[in-house]
This record gives sequence, C-alpha cells and structure tokens, in this order.
Amino acid sequence: MININNLNFGYSKHKPLFKNMSMRLSNGHIYGLLGKNGAGKSSLLKNLAGLVYAQSGTLDVMGFNPAKRQPALLEQICFIPEEFYLPSVKIDAYLKANAPFYKNFDHSYFTDLIKEFDIPVEQKLINMSYGQKKKVIIAFGLATQAKLVIMDEPTNGLDIPSKAQFRKIMASAMTDERCIIISTHQVRDLDNLIDTVIMLDENDVALKASVEEITAKLTFKKVKEIDDSIIYAEASLSGYNAVMPNYHQEESKLDMELLFNAILAEKIKFKPLFS
Amino acid sequence: MEFRDNKAIYLQIAEYVCEHILLGKWKADEKVPSVRELAVEMEVNPNTVMRTYELLQNKSIINNKRGIGFFVDEAAIDNVINYRKQQFIIDDLPVVFRNIYLLNISFDELENQYKTFVKENFNA
Repeated sequence: MININNLNFGYSKHKPLFKNMSMRLSNGHIYGLLGKNGAGKSSLLKNLAGLVYAQSGTLDVMGFNPAKRQPALLEQICFIPEEFYLPSVKIDAYLKANAPFYKNFDHSYFTDLIKEFDIPVEQKLINMSYGQKKKVIIAFGLATQAKLVIMDEPTNGLDIPSKAQFRKIMASAMTDERCIIISTHQVRDLDNLIDTVIMLDENDVALKASVEEITAKLTFKKVKEIDDSIIYAEASLSGYNAVMPNYHQEESKLDMELLFNAILAEKIKFKPLFS
Repeated sequence: MEFRDNKAIYLQIAEYVCEHILLGKWKADEKVPSVRELAVEMEVNPNTVMRTYELLQNKSIINNKRGIGFFVDEAAIDNVINYRKQQFIIDDLPVVFRNIYLLNISFDELENQYKTFVKENFNA
C-alpha cells in the first residue's frame, strides 16, 4: 500500500525533520502514529497525502507518487487533518460540492454516520462546535470509501459518547482492503483499535511493530520492587509500572503510554529487540 | 466492555465469549457474532477479535464453517471448562494461595466460606 524509501524532508534545508526514513505499510491494519510534539507526525501524514514535498527519496502510495496529486490517487485518500476549515454552508451543499470528487462516495453511509454522531443537519457548518465539525469531516472522509484513511488526532474535541462511537465506527471501517493511519497523543482513547505502533523520534522511525510482536517480546506489569530485568519503570501508587523482556511468555496488555516513555528514555536498549 | 489492565485484550475477549457459552447465552451449534460485529461491540481492532477466534478454534470452543461464520462447538462447554480451569490454576490460584498462607486461613474456614458463597450466589 505504502512504500517510503530514504525519505528526506524538512521545512528548511538546515533543519531536517526526517533523515533517510524508510517504512512499508500494508492494507488490513490500523497503524497508530506516535511521537513527541514536533517529532513530525503531521508532516509524515502530509507527505503521504501529497500536501508537502520530500527533498529526496521516494514515496509510493498505491503505485502513485502523492506529490503529483493525481485524481486517481486523491480519490482513494481520506485525510482528516487536525486543523481544518469548513465553509459557511449546510451539510447538503457541502456534499454537493465535494462528494463528486470521490466516485465511490456512499451517501447512505454518510447519512447513517451523521445520524449516529447526532449532527444538526440544518445548521451551517461554520456555526458548529469544533467537535461537531470534526465529526462531519470524519463522516465525510469515511463515506468516500477511500482505501487510505489518514487521521491526525481524530479524537481531539470529541465528547465522551462520541469517542466511543468513533471507536465503534473505526472498528467497522477497518477492512482488509483499507490502510488506516491514526496519529494521536490520546493513546488511551484508541489503544485497543491500533494493531501496529509506529513511533517517530530523532528524525526517524524509532519503532514499528505490531501489538502482537511487542507483547511477545515485552511484558508490561505492576511490580513491587525494581530489579535488573526491568528495562524501564514508572512509580505508581502500588509500586511500579514496569516494562521488561518477556521471559516467561506472559500475555500482558500493551501499555502504550508506558511503551512511549520507555522508548524515549531507553532507546538503545530496545533497538536490538525490534530490528 | 471494561477491559482490565493486566491481561492481553484478545484473552479478555476470549473470556467474554467463554462466559457467554457457560451462561447458556450462546448455545451449542449456534452462530456467534462475526469478527466485525464483536469488534464493533468491544470497540477493538477486528484483527484482535480474529486472534481470539483463532485461539477458541484451537481449543475447540468455536468452529469455522467456511463462508457462513463461526459457531459454538458441540463440546464447547466441556472445552471451556477445561480451558478456564487451566487459566484459573495458572493465573488466579497463586494469588489466592498466597493470601491464604499470609492470612493463615484454615481449610475448614475456607470450606465454610465457599459453601456459603455457593449457596448465596448459585442457590446450589
């Protein structure tokens, strides 16, 4: 689905954001893109959608170079940015203007999603709250039936019931033909949806591994005391939340926040485990 | 469903399915929810539910009729009991034993507590 090869990218020549980054992404997965502020999550997503251009290296998305912005590719990409602008029209006018760009657009699915998200259809888009606007573009994006779904912080601004609805909608939107990439800081909102973790740090991919692979190699658990087997630990009320090699084939639940902090702190120790 | 922190999600979903079978909500030879239906209900990745269903197939708790879906196995209840018993002995019993030892609870007291519990909860 996506092949990134030796990608070099930056907003200025002197400050590279990605140095020789390479990565392959395939359909049938929900990738969770993690990284500190400024690590380049949104920039990577924009590269994939053809919204910014690489300095060197190749980007292949479904056989196309996204920088060329060919309609045949763009109609297969659903991009939900973190910041967006919606015009001063109602939903039906918005649909009339935008849906024709996507030849597989599913109008009845869109109507279902709008109903499920409880969006007031009589209201102008510009007068809606941030969360309501966000739900409109999520519904529109999924109704395009695009094969590549890119979402930048999709749960930002959603209220509590909408987050649960969003998870249900994404669980049903994930098909074998689709590749879904979600960047997020709110890992607790989404950790059970993500099947593969991609973490960006220091101009490159610091980790790309499936949840299954991570929990086969690492154990996440609460311990009373710290010993040498522990790679990384954080103090908690009842002891420590710890990450350690999975010596005894334990089937623990991946703690994505703990993993994130562990990799930032102990990158060198994790490298040999995931290469 | 509220997931606990200490166990892989696919195993927690397996427990959920087993629970439904033991309680008779899903009966032998009946169809169980599709991978996607259960993923939506649980708000998890369908690949996770697929992993659950593969595990339950290996334990002969459900079986896959190609093109139709997954069904509760004829011998599901016995197989669930075997599987859950193993899990209980490995995961839960050591914690219970540790407390029995530390708190010095006698087996007589334990037996009485157990009988009362069964009476109150299951009327047996």
